[in-house]
Amino acid sequence: MKNISPDIKKFIKLPDVKKRVIKLSDKTIKTTQTANLFLADVGDFFLFLFRTTIEAFSREFEFQEFLRQCYQIGNKTLPLISVTGIVIGLVLTIQSRPVLVDFGAVSMLPGMVAVSIIREMGPVVTGLICAGRIGSGMGAELGSMKVTEQIDAMEVSSTNPIRFLVVTRVLAATLMIPLLVLYADALGIMGSWAGANIKGDVPFVLFFSQAFRYIGFMDLLPAVIKTFFFGAAIGFVGCYKGYTAGRGTESVGKAATSAVVLSSLLVIIIDLIAVQITDML
Amino acid sequence: MTNMVITETVTPENIKIEKEVIKIDNLRKGFDNEGILKNLSLKLFDGENLVVLGKSGSGKSVLIKCIVRLLTPDQGTINVFGENVNGLNNNDLADMRKKIGFLFQSGALYDSMTIKQNLEFPLRRIHKNLSRKEIDKKVEETLENVGLADTLNKMPSQLSGGMRKRASLARTIVVDPMIMLYDEPTTGLDPVTSDEISSLINDIQKKYKTSSIVITHDIECARATADRIIMLDDGEVYMEGTIKDFEKSADALISSFFKKQK
Ligand SMILES: Nc1ncnc2c1ncn2[C@@H]1O[C@H](COP(=O)(O)OP(=O)(O)O)[C@@H](O)[C@H]1O
Ligand SMILES: [Mg+2]
Repeated sequence: MKNISPDIKKFIKLPDVKKRVIKLSDKTIKTTQTANLFLADVGDFFLFLFRTTIEAFSREFEFQEFLRQCYQIGNKTLPLISVTGIVIGLVLTIQSRPVLVDFGAVSMLPGMVAVSIIREMGPVVTGLICAGRIGSGMGAELGSMKVTEQIDAMEVSSTNPIRFLVVTRVLAATLMIPLLVLYADALGIMGSWAGANIKGDVPFVLFFSQAFRYIGFMDLLPAVIKTFFFGAAIGFVGCYKGYTAGRGTESVGKAATSAVVLSSLLVIIIDLIAVQITDML
Repeated sequence: MTNMVITETVTPENIKIEKEVIKIDNLRKGFDNEGILKNLSLKLFDGENLVVLGKSGSGKSVLIKCIVRLLTPDQGTINVFGENVNGLNNNDLADMRKKIGFLFQSGALYDSMTIKQNLEFPLRRIHKNLSRKEIDKKVEETLENVGLADTLNKMPSQLSGGMRKRASLARTIVVDPMIMLYDEPTTGLDPVTSDEISSLINDIQKKYKTSSIVITHDIECARATADRIIMLDDGEVYMEGTIKDFEKSADALISSFFKKQK
């Protein structure tokens, strides 16, 4: 398009309006092309999702690879999640305490902190950490397997790479991330207890009975359910970005980065949807 | 071996040599409106080493990836053992792939597995009824054949380039393929290691009675391994013959290809 318009301008003296029309049509074509590419990407995404789902229900399940992935997910994220969990509990407690003191409601401190950790902070922060750590890890791993022809090698040696690489990783993330969230929740409440002990002396048992008085089944259940979706989204996006990486080495880095961006975004969006649904119940 | 084809006496062996295991007709394959392979036909005969020469980017890798259907041709047919590759359903395709060994250009060793696990991986999946003991024995034997007996428990990243090539060669032959496809087996290796790989290719041909396509732009490797050579240019077969035919050729493209590497 760029080549054509200057030529036309040379031969015919176009009035301003016409020039603008040409510019506009140029722009329209470009936008359409971008939109087409975007739609093609979306199409690829759902096609990949479809293939993965079909393979997930195949009879041959790569159990060993699944276990290896579960171990790797835990191994990669446990230290970071432990520290973050404790700090969140600690900080939430220290920050909320003065306000509650002003209202004369310090006795509600454990319950309030526990509810916000279990309903929101635990799942979302763990989800985002996993998006960064696991999403990028899977994106980079599968991306480099793609670029160095390892996925092709698998395919020619009677192994379905989607079944072996993708299904196992998605399922491992779907199982492990809820567990990691529960672990982060537990540490968060411990951290909160530690925070409460900075000013004043609160016995452990008292703190916990206070905390759990405010937590109902309906706090826990939706929070746990959404973490399964976090896990599935993180695992799937990481695999999708890695598996569909381009051909050069630089596409490995791209796959990892865009896996983090998209999976973090999905965690936030799923959280938003989950909150809306829980609110309606 | 090519000599035997030319001196056509009618003995049973000669007839067997002429049997074609791969037959490609009018293959066409492109990406993004750009033709890479344009009208390519070739045959691979039973027991021979066919070397395919061509500049980089001329579509050599695309050609052999079409043979195992890692890529689907736009037009043309590919027959392997008389069966049209693109007409196969998934099960038949898997069966067909079991007969073909593919040595990837980058080696494609699985970097999360040890060398032993790398070899076990295809072996377990292709020969499903082997016992633990048989698998171990086969893996050790094959590694010994390529001179890597002591790397059993090493990771691919711990090996040198030449050792990695040999390890991936071992992974390819461990399942006893009938056809071998080598994608630039000596590229990026020093001359000594290249020669070792070339003689390994010849050993494999003799020992396992394979028919092979060796893709390369390394003339020394072609010299060492070729029964017959095909040169690709612009998506078509440019010239076909023995190494002698090529060395004698006065054609500008061919002689520049051969001179540069002397
Ligand atoms: N999967 C692919 N997608 C797009 N282009 C490809 C793909 N595979 C190969 N090509 C292109 O086809 C051409 C030939 O590639 P290739 O067969 O790898 O060359 P070579 O002869 O060096 O092995 C190159 O220009 C490459 O960019
Ligand atoms: Mg190549």
